[in-house]
Amino acid sequence: MKRLLFLLPLALFAVLAGYFYVGLQRDPAEIPSVLIDKPVPAFELPPVAGVAKPGLSSATLKGDVALVNVFASWCPPCRVEHPLLVRLSRESDVPIYGLNYKDKAEDAKRWLGELGNPYRAIGWDFENRVAIDFGVYGAPETFVVDRKGTIRYRHVGAITPDVLERTLLPLVQKLRAES
Amino acid sequence: MIAEIGHYALILALCVALAQSVLPLVGAARGDGALMAFAKPAALAQFALVALAFGCLVHSFVVSDFTVRNVVMNSHSAKPLLYKFSGTWGNHEGSMVLWSLILGLFGALVAGFGRNLPPGLKARTLAVQGMIGVAFLAFIVFTSNPFERVFPPPTDGRDLNPLLQDPGLAFHPPFLYFGYVGFSIVFAFAMAALIEGRVDAAWARWVRPWTLAAWSALTLGIALGSWWAYYELGWGGWWYWDPVENASFMPWLVGTALLHSAIVAEKRDALKTWTILLAILAFALSLVGTFLVRSGVLTSVHAFAVDPARGIFILAILVTAIGGSLAMYAWRAPMLKGGGLFQPVSREGALVLNNVILATAAATVFIGTLYPLFLEAIGGAKVSVGPPFFDSTFVPLMIPLLLAVSAGPMLGWKRADLAGALQRLRAAMFLSILAIAAAYWFADRRSVYAALGMGLAAWLIFGALVEWAERVRLFRAPLASVWSRAANLPRASWGMTIAHAGLGLVVMGIAGVTAWQTEVIRLVRPGDAFDVAGYKFVFKGVTRDDGPNYHFARGTFEVYRNEKLYAVMTPERRYFPVAGMSTTETSIRTNLLADIYATIGDPESATQSGNMPAFLAPVTPQTAWTVRIYHNPLVPWIWLGACTMVLGGLVSLTDRRHRVGAPARARPADAVASPAE
Repeated sequence: MKRLLFLLPLALFAVLAGYFYVGLQRDPAEIPSVLIDKPVPAFELPPVAGVAKPGLSSATLKGDVALVNVFASWCPPCRVEHPLLVRLSRESDVPIYGLNYKDKAEDAKRWLGELGNPYRAIGWDFENRVAIDFGVYGAPETFVVDRKGTIRYRHVGAITPDVLERTLLPLVQKLRAES
Repeated sequence: MIAEIGHYALILALCVALAQSVLPLVGAARGDGALMAFAKPAALAQFALVALAFGCLVHSFVVSDFTVRNVVMNSHSAKPLLYKFSGTWGNHEGSMVLWSLILGLFGALVAGFGRNLPPGLKARTLAVQGMIGVAFLAFIVFTSNPFERVFPPPTDGRDLNPLLQDPGLAFHPPFLYFGYVGFSIVFAFAMAALIEGRVDAAWARWVRPWTLAAWSALTLGIALGSWWAYYELGWGGWWYWDPVENASFMPWLVGTALLHSAIVAEKRDALKTWTILLAILAFALSLVGTFLVRSGVLTSVHAFAVDPARGIFILAILVTAIGGSLAMYAWRAPMLKGGGLFQPVSREGALVLNNVILATAAATVFIGTLYPLFLEAIGGAKVSVGPPFFDSTFVPLMIPLLLAVSAGPMLGWKRADLAGALQRLRAAMFLSILAIAAAYWFADRRSVYAALGMGLAAWLIFGALVEWAERVRLFRAPLASVWSRAANLPRASWGMTIAHAGLGLVVMGIAGVTAWQTEVIRLVRPGDAFDVAGYKFVFKGVTRDDGPNYHFARGTFEVYRNEKLYAVMTPERRYFPVAGMSTTETSIRTNLLADIYATIGDPESATQSGNMPAFLAPVTPQTAWTVRIYHNPLVPWIWLGACTMVLGGLVSLTDRRHRVGAPARARPADAVASPAE
């Protein structure tokens, strides 16, 4: 019995190493989503209190190819990608919608006031309901939604200039040409 | 040429480490003195060779040798000399060479100074150290050669990530690695003890100085990293529960537990298998920390090497080192004999409580850091863990620990009287209640938590002082006798008092800045004035100019206190054209009780031109700028406290007992491989 106790650390580590091995097989930036090519889950979210942008619902996402960006004020990588989104909103007509993830309204408001607000509409997902429906793994994440409101692509982690120029924008143009 | 010498030295060091990991073990098993003695010159040679390689790499960076790929990728001829130098380890390959260098240094120190170690233990310890050296040197030579050439050489380099061009960060990795790698020696001692099948008080005493050295370096490394995040990232915070921060914090928590359990193992011959397990875990977590940062298993703003091939290699190192040592532990630890018995309420009991809470805290941080990984691996992937998780789990765990810190040292060994101990602490209790009341009435009546935090901090500081006063019989004995008692007090005891009081300062800083921080974000035009926490800020405008390898925009504030000029603050934003990145240079003015902290943002409605960031866009003199001003009460105490803790560790390290008169070992006759139970 006592011997089993001494084996415990080894057993726990074996499990952990298995997880590490599985984790290594995946590129953390490319986690497949079960929702690819499925319609956006139906939802309706209130706006962030104090921010002069409307709330977000699945109806908003129909009509034009759009980016849906999951962000939170407590998330450092979101800060890294945010200037890119702000720039994109100024320089192009690609609509960007925000999903404010597990955030206090006043924190989100302050954050947007400080860094700029690139979003046409923001859904305040304080209780994490809609993010769960989207299969969000953590902030930041960005979804590309086509004109019919179907999720076509998912990017996990901060958007870099490279990802934007080589993946997201070409995809948006292709989807726009499609329909 | 220089680069080839460095590369060659690394390969030679790998060969030496291979020999060092095998021959002394064989010698110790056969009782062959000559083979055991091989460990010492091998450890010294390994260190010398890695030092040579490191020197060659530093040379390539300092002279900007752009035929070396690593220099091209991470340096630039216009970079200030300090950052050319620190650029050596500001990248994956170079930081691995630094890791090996420190590993070699610790091995050489044990070889050089471990004269009073029994030859068998020393040979086995150095052999285990050699194995770790093999793993890391092979990793460098086979997957991350820092001396790889490029042809044709480019005319200039791509520059170091500008966030890393900072004096705080230049020295953060070396200290962090001193901590991580320092635990490797403790680990090697633990493995040697398991091979020998013997852990006794003498072993615990040999291990303690190395643990102390590693712990002090790690504490300093974490403090430097936190300080850097505070002033360089410009977000006003000092700790973000980022995976990379957590990766250094977990070995610290376990190392702190080890530091305390080793005392019990030394003085009371108890908790021996537990101490061995902590020694293994402290190093295991150091390796996991390296793994998390290097492999890209977890995405993080800090990570600078995402390469699955290296990840698999590091995973192999991890599995061999941790799996092997834990298997060894499962096999040999049950044979170790238990030592002294004790009652729950006793010094040992208090140290067990310390260990249980610290280990739980480390497990909490571990789960919080790796939870996303676990869920993703089983296909769940629906939970994200941020600071809210750590705030609601880690903080409540710390409160009972902090309450116990002051009571523990007042308890006697074996069996103690808690009521009596608390009785002797009544002065500290009284002062803590006074601190709570003072914080509540004078500073802030809204926040009860802040007041309680101040009380907790006062309890730690005054508890440490009362314990010291008890030992020297302050106010009880004549002054001359107090003086001689203080002079004769062991350095280890001084170290504990200093470190515990330092912890109190840290707690005070954390409670103060968490509860009382003021943050002001607003748009201001030149000439505007506004108040922040009793200071009047006058914005004088923004100037633009060029630094050595960047362009910058610098805002100027005049800060008045009671109508008198208190400070002129000049926060900057810098743009590094070669790397295409911007940084924030905060302006911080401290009076040691509080910081005022200023950053500037972007001009209002700036239009961007090309790749230039908004803060360099054309503006008129009347353009409004976003500015962020913080008033951070007590925040300097976080780092002052951490430095005080390091000082405590260093004072304790100078204790005579660590250098002379290592106690005789218990008779070996009955110790080897007695059957379990």
